[in-house]
Amino acid sequence: MTDATAPLPAARATGRKSSSILELDARTRRRNAAEARFKTYGIIAICLGLFFLVWLLSAIVRNGVPAFTQTFVTLEMELSAEEVAAAEASVVKTSAYRDMIRAELIEQMELNGIETDMTPEVLGQLLSSGEANQLRTWVLENPSSMTEGATVTLPFLAASRVDGYAKGRVTRESLARDSNLSPAHLDLVDQLEEAGIVERRFNLAFITGSDASDARPEQAGIGVAMLGSFFMMLVVLFLSLPIGVAASIYLEEFAPKNRITDFIEVNISNLAAVPSIVFGILGLAIFIQFIGLPQSAPLVGGLVLTLMTLPTIIISTRASLKAVPPSIRDAALGVGASKMQSVFHHVLPLAMPGILTGTIIGLAQALGETAPLLLIGMVGFIASNYPDGVASGFLDPNSAMPAQIYEWAKRADPAFYERAWGGIIILLGFLLTMNIIAIILRRRFERRW
Amino acid sequence: MDDLRLTERSVDQTDIKISARNVQVFYGDTHAIKDVDVDIEDKTVTAFIGPSGCGKSTFLRCLNRMNDTIDICRVEGDITIDGEDIYDRRVDPVQLRAKVGMVFQKPNPFPKSIYDNVAYGPKIHGLAKNKAELDEIVERALRRAALWNEAKDRLQTPGTGLSGGQQQRLCIARAVATEPEVLLMDEPCSALDPIATGQVEELIDELKQDYSVVIVTHSMQQAARVSQKTAFFHLGNLVEYGETGKIFTNPEDKRTESYISGRIG
Repeated sequence: MTDATAPLPAARATGRKSSSILELDARTRRRNAAEARFKTYGIIAICLGLFFLVWLLSAIVRNGVPAFTQTFVTLEMELSAEEVAAAEASVVKTSAYRDMIRAELIEQMELNGIETDMTPEVLGQLLSSGEANQLRTWVLENPSSMTEGATVTLPFLAASRVDGYAKGRVTRESLARDSNLSPAHLDLVDQLEEAGIVERRFNLAFITGSDASDARPEQAGIGVAMLGSFFMMLVVLFLSLPIGVAASIYLEEFAPKNRITDFIEVNISNLAAVPSIVFGILGLAIFIQFIGLPQSAPLVGGLVLTLMTLPTIIISTRASLKAVPPSIRDAALGVGASKMQSVFHHVLPLAMPGILTGTIIGLAQALGETAPLLLIGMVGFIASNYPDGVASGFLDPNSAMPAQIYEWAKRADPAFYERAWGGIIILLGFLLTMNIIAIILRRRFERRW
Repeated sequence: MDDLRLTERSVDQTDIKISARNVQVFYGDTHAIKDVDVDIEDKTVTAFIGPSGCGKSTFLRCLNRMNDTIDICRVEGDITIDGEDIYDRRVDPVQLRAKVGMVFQKPNPFPKSIYDNVAYGPKIHGLAKNKAELDEIVERALRRAALWNEAKDRLQTPGTGLSGGQQQRLCIARAVATEPEVLLMDEPCSALDPIATGQVEELIDELKQDYSVVIVTHSMQQAARVSQKTAFFHLGNLVEYGETGKIFTNPEDKRTESYISGRIG
């Protein structure tokens, strides 16, 4: 302690020249500049990413939200039993019903003082061509509506051009060479709208309904495809979760480490990178051509997506099993638990959050997959609605949400394009829900330990 | 060294519990344990000391076949417990480990409640017929591990929420709950502070009434404090084995003397 007052160590005098820490030397300046540059690149990259994300989301919302609303023509129908009986007796039944709707429309226009010199046929172009059938179905289901003098208020879908006009997609200029609708119709639509007969409102049928033919985009809905996706996800969940988890537990905890397991491991990693369309053609060859399962069936779709999801689930399950500290295994073995007891009582519960997350990510991936479904025909055109329609089970032909979106995007009419965007909103809604479920499950399981 | 205390605790029990003859352990091509012969007595604390990497932990893990879990590890030679070869083909390591309990270096309670931690072993071995019996076993084990007073009001709280020393005593309680005959301890105090270490050492001293305790330790003071017999390992060889008092005061081998006096290790 006596040398506390001694001069600073001699090394400083003899060694490097002393410098002040208050001024930066050239080397430090260069290093700081490099660091600042790197940070800037990072911020630019993140900003670019955010910019495109915002752009994408706003495009989806802008283009997709109109699909959830539809223009309706609300008419007060006075239905009499004789009229319906006559219509049912005619050769082309829907034609009689169509006449009834047109007559009612003309009557309503007269009541509101809207004048036109159009023939009923031309005027009828304002309405969707599927409406006669809709009215007939409704009448047959509700025979009580045919009491004398009673009126029923029924919303009829407007034609897709009328709907497009309400949404700003169709203008008088664009109708100049359109055979479906004329600019004169739009003048009528304006007047009908003022009279409260034509109205744009939320359309539940888009979410619950079935697909429609090219000529009737206003009727198309994603409900049946949603059902198809639901059946497929059930198949994927109940096959890939047990198989994937069992395979990973065996490989991770029980299998001897040798050439064969190494080979399997490498192949699982490779399978995760195989393009999904390859799984599609595999499914076509095995499940449809060899085993003979029906085409377009959610069961086959689910099997193909299971094959595709398995590597994802196995890889994430093995990673979360690996992340369980070995001391837990030692502890279990140390008190005399068997290998299996140590895995099922201690390791697996701890790995559960990771396994669930991996499974749900795998499912979400499968839910959004399109390519393999095209190869096994999961693009069935189902225009009738469930539950009385055909799309009610694992073996009935069906479509899937992404395949339906692809189908709509492919069609010529811009009204379908709008529905494709709407379908994407619903698909993203499902994916978001699944991710939230994953987070909730993960939190809940983690809290217990 | 306190000679008086050491002679006072000299061994009068001479039943051989574990007997190892000519034990060799290989990790792949590495010869980790060479020709170890040792007899571990019943109701005695036996300490394994030696520098890091000398094979004392490896040898300890041979005694309840924990090395089986390491793929590349190969054990040769004979290890018998009560005259029965533990590496016999007919021996199920799971049954062996119920008989030879183990406490690890780092406290590793299961991420479950204190109660479940202790009750797990008895449950899987079917030691309790009903809940009341299980409660009794848990209480006895926790009392033996000197944790009952601290834990009795929080049996349902997670074991991982205890302090380090408490966790290690919980692990000891977990090990004794299955009524083992031998208790292996792999540096049980290396992660603990001196006070917790003192508690665990007292515990070891009490446990020797019922069990044969084998403890691996880095601390020579600890070996001197708790054990009756000491084995000194060096580079995979068992250099010297004898009564603790003799090893620490009058070692026969030069290497033991150097290690104990702090010249190597």
